[in-house]
Amino acid sequence: MIVLENISRIFQVGGESVHALDQVSLQVAKGDYLSIMGPSGSGKSTLLNVLGLLDRPDQGTYRIDGQDTTALTDDQQAAVRRHHIGFIFQFFHLVPRLTAAENVALPLVLSGVPQRERRQRVHDAMDRFGLSNRAGHRPDQLSGGQRQRVAIARATIMRPTVILADEPTGNLDRASGDEIIAAIESLKDEGLTVLIVTHDPHIGGRAARHIRMLDGRVVEDSRRTA
Amino acid sequence: MRILDAVDFCRRAVCGYPLRSGLMLLAMAIGVAAVVLLATLGEGTRRYVTAQFSSLGTHLLIVLPGRAETVGGPPPMMGQTPRDLTIADAMALARSTAVRRVAPIVVGSAPVSVGSREREITILGSTSELLPIRNLALAHGRFLPAGDASRAEAVCVLGHKARHELFGSRSPLGRFVRIGERRFRVIGTLAKKGQSLGVDIGDVAIIPVAAATALFNTESLFRILAQARSRDAIARAKADLLAIIRARHEGEDDVTVITQDALLATFDRILQTLTLAVAGIAAVSLVVAGILIMNVMLVAISQRTAEIGLLKAVGATRTQVMALFLLESTLLAILGTAAGMLLAMAGLMVLQPMFPAFPMQIPWWSPAAAAATAVSTSTLFGVLPARRAARLDPVSALAEK
Repeated sequence: MIVLENISRIFQVGGESVHALDQVSLQVAKGDYLSIMGPSGSGKSTLLNVLGLLDRPDQGTYRIDGQDTTALTDDQQAAVRRHHIGFIFQFFHLVPRLTAAENVALPLVLSGVPQRERRQRVHDAMDRFGLSNRAGHRPDQLSGGQRQRVAIARATIMRPTVILADEPTGNLDRASGDEIIAAIESLKDEGLTVLIVTHDPHIGGRAARHIRMLDGRVVEDSRRTA
Repeated sequence: MRILDAVDFCRRAVCGYPLRSGLMLLAMAIGVAAVVLLATLGEGTRRYVTAQFSSLGTHLLIVLPGRAETVGGPPPMMGQTPRDLTIADAMALARSTAVRRVAPIVVGSAPVSVGSREREITILGSTSELLPIRNLALAHGRFLPAGDASRAEAVCVLGHKARHELFGSRSPLGRFVRIGERRFRVIGTLAKKGQSLGVDIGDVAIIPVAAATALFNTESLFRILAQARSRDAIARAKADLLAIIRARHEGEDDVTVITQDALLATFDRILQTLTLAVAGIAAVSLVVAGILIMNVMLVAISQRTAEIGLLKAVGATRTQVMALFLLESTLLAILGTAAGMLLAMAGLMVLQPMFPAFPMQIPWWSPAAAAATAVSTSTLFGVLPARRAARLDPVSALAEK
């Protein structure tokens, strides 16, 4: 359960204050599937960063499962990110010198999971996203769709409860994009909470709940009627 | 994060940018090699000089006429010409139980001739004891006869070079040479010993001390060499020598006794200090290498901003990011040190055959000091870039493409 109350995030641009988020309140139930849409600069990426604890709001409270995250130290926030949140980025953000399998294993390595367990979990994840025969390839030897699947495998390897995807198909052709959306939706089916930021109404429309943002505010919050 | 995983991660990062890492390793390796090589050469110099001193003889004490005043005070009121050292003084010194051998020495220069060949060479007047005291070795014949030092027997022993110049390839044994106005029979020749602290022991003629005092028409000795019974006896021997001379010279302390060990220790200290100083100067290059590491790490961090953002997004703490980058610069330093050691050893392998007489052994402390300096400077200089990495804002880091 994610609860945002009156969250504001203010940037100083030149001499002016810009409200990237302006008194945003939002509740997301466990297992929900949200799309966040809106024009550029409407604050959707900032909202995602705040949700992912990469950015601290200037005002308001943000609770995950009842815990107030704004009171946490940096290291505690890092632990929350590690164990509860999986990120999927538009530009994949794979480490270029590591193989696909090593990229997937990175969060496990950082949290000190022993090698043997790591190998098994990475193997299973690669298998699941159809990457078994690409484990030893480096990112520059993979197609865009494959890279994004590696990124999804990495985002889920720690068994998080929330997946935050920022324009996950923004850099992909239609076919690979659909593949990626299917992979992400399979996570939702497992009970993970999924939030997708997208420009693409086709993708946004598939979510169970649609949030539309404008000038740092939530201007529309609707559920798809089956 | 497990330490082995962290090391592996950094190893991959080092290998991932071969040019950058290679240049850093080169700088580090040159610094380390410089420290080790210079320390080795300095240490070699020390050993070389020590060996030269030791070739003079062991447990040596040298008695010089006159007193080296080392404390201040008003100049003496009356005439203070030091009393001469005499052959009788030298013989008296042999009575000390701490002294094994005594050799009085008179040095001068005189024309030496055989037939029509004449050369001016150094004449050394001494006794049979000189041979063991100075570690000399005979090539042929025998040395000065033992016995009463006041007997001026007309015999002489020629140095290697003197023998060669006077007699060529003929055997000199039993032949006569003219030294000054007297004829001396050659009874032996010295083995080639080369230079001994600058004095060419090859170009001498050694004659009995009494013959030398007669030749140079003087009663006084140039100096007296004494050999203590053992290393421990040196101090006692010195005290004895001073006491005996004082008793013989009416209570005047008018000689100076130098012990070879004290001389050696002084040189040893000076050269050791010099070695450390030279190695220290070389260590400055390691600090420079450390600064280079800092620069290159800063560049690396701006190149790898997105990676750092990602590490944070997948849950790396500040401490972890900082530790990873610190570890990376330390790893580079360790690899650079290893490369530097190999470089130094290769350098020695080239140098040693070129200077075979010069002992080149890497002193134990130099690799340790070089490694410690290399690793500590690069870790120290790695702190700043690592902190910068740790403090990167993940949002803007990830926004960079």
